[in-house]
Amino acid sequence: MSRPEEIAPPELFYNDKESKKYTENSRVQYIQYVMTKRSLELLNLKESSFILDIGCGSCLSGEIISSASEEVNAGMNHYWTGLDISPDMLEQALIRKEEEKFNNDDDSNSDDESNGEIGGLRNGDMMLHDIGQGIPFRAGSFDAAISISAIQWLFNKDNNNHDPIKRIKRFFESLYSALTKNGKFVAQFYPANDDQIDTFLQIAKQTGFSGGLVIDNPESKKNKKYYLVLSCGTMSSNDANDSDNLNLSGASMDVSNIHDKKELKKKRGNGMLESKKSFILRKKELMKKRGREVRGESKYTGRKRRDRF
Amino acid sequence: MKLLTTNFIKCSVKACDSNMTSFPLRYDNQCELELNYEDDESIIEKSYQFLVGILDKIDWDALLKVCADLGNNDLPPNKPLLTQDSLLSLNDNERLILKQLFNLLINTEIVNGSMKCDSCEHVYLIKNGIPNLLLPPHLS
Ligand SMILES: C[S@@+](CC[C@H](N)C(=O)[O-])C[C@H]1O[C@@H](n2cnc3c(N)ncnc32)[C@H](O)[C@@H]1O
Ligand SMILES: [Zn+2]
Repeated sequence: MSRPEEIAPPELFYNDKESKKYTENSRVQYIQYVMTKRSLELLNLKESSFILDIGCGSCLSGEIISSASEEVNAGMNHYWTGLDISPDMLEQALIRKEEEKFNNDDDSNSDDESNGEIGGLRNGDMMLHDIGQGIPFRAGSFDAAISISAIQWLFNKDNNNHDPIKRIKRFFESLYSALTKNGKFVAQFYPANDDQIDTFLQIAKQTGFSGGLVIDNPESKKNKKYYLVLSCGTMSSNDANDSDNLNLSGASMDVSNIHDKKELKKKRGNGMLESKKSFILRKKELMKKRGREVRGESKYTGRKRRDRF
Repeated sequence: MKLLTTNFIKCSVKACDSNMTSFPLRYDNQCELELNYEDDESIIEKSYQFLVGILDKIDWDALLKVCADLGNNDLPPNKPLLTQDSLLSLNDNERLILKQLFNLLINTEIVNGSMKCDSCEHVYLIKNGIPNLLLPPHLS
């Protein structure tokens, strides 16, 4: 099976059909949920924050970032801004947002998953953007940034003007600037090879980030996951519980280390997560409740209303 | 796009990075807005911590400018003072300020319209609440 990155540029790979398939697939939803939750755990935020979601897609990740559920965010109510290059993925996000609204308006019996009145997609904003062109926010905008399954796309050379290394540098430099002084960045990604890991770590370091790489489930071929775990401030690894610090379990900025990190313990994380089966059942229930017919009706298009301001 | 975002988003052209006029962007006065006014304090309360955190980051002059672009000249000239400590014992006036900030920054959205960079003059379109920040080849 070839990697999506080898098939087409992201905005073409994630076309209408693929975006819909991706977004509605309950296995995908579950995996993105697990990885987003894990990224939040690594970010170790202590207050409701302003977060950038890089390569937000249809906001499967965003929905978790601002989940009001106690189990994901421990009472914090984060807000986020998402960037993505695929209009069709963003279209799926808009549909999901309408469904959420529909579901909440309709919410006479409030026994569903979480608090329908706060959190969720309403806490997010989306923009159409190519992150290889930089992060277009002024200095000190975000407390943290998250990226789930996206930044490996930066290695693509999708047209003759693309210089992947230049784009990666621009990405890290502008991200560094868009974060607050003690800002943090956690990115789960799918490296094609060790060189790509090297490149990210080196450029991140040159840019001024500290931190490194966390590998979850290193023994498993299928569930092995890579997380870049970076911080704008300096940090010492023995301060891992300090409130300003990342939760750095096994991170290393030294590239030569990462290949023999076999001793990395299996993360306790998974045990605390909802089982896959219960997650899917819950989602299915929710889908039914939301009433699929809102789909296609596109309530968000053609609204010609200018409210008093 | 939430009004909040206008206080952080800047032109994505690299050459505009060092140019002060690339932030805030200039909003077309024909922008179509949507306000989902929230009155229920028990809901707004859940965002108090975020609001106070973001207020610290808000560039108030930029907010005044963008609101004026969009036809609202009623904001106070100075940023209200609120800290995480003030949340421990809020008076009525502070609650009112938080409610107004919530409705202004989070519940006011630009649904359709455009924004322009004063430095390079590039116009970014906003459709269905989503701004298109992609640059044409000659600017990227
Ligand atoms: C596998 S999806 C993940 C989406 C979302 N983070 C999630 O967890 O479901 C990867 C996303 O990265 C986006 N992407 C790839 N290259 C990008 C680029 N250069 N700029 C912005 N987004 C990009 C794709 O359009 C796609 O939506
Ligand atoms: Zn510009």
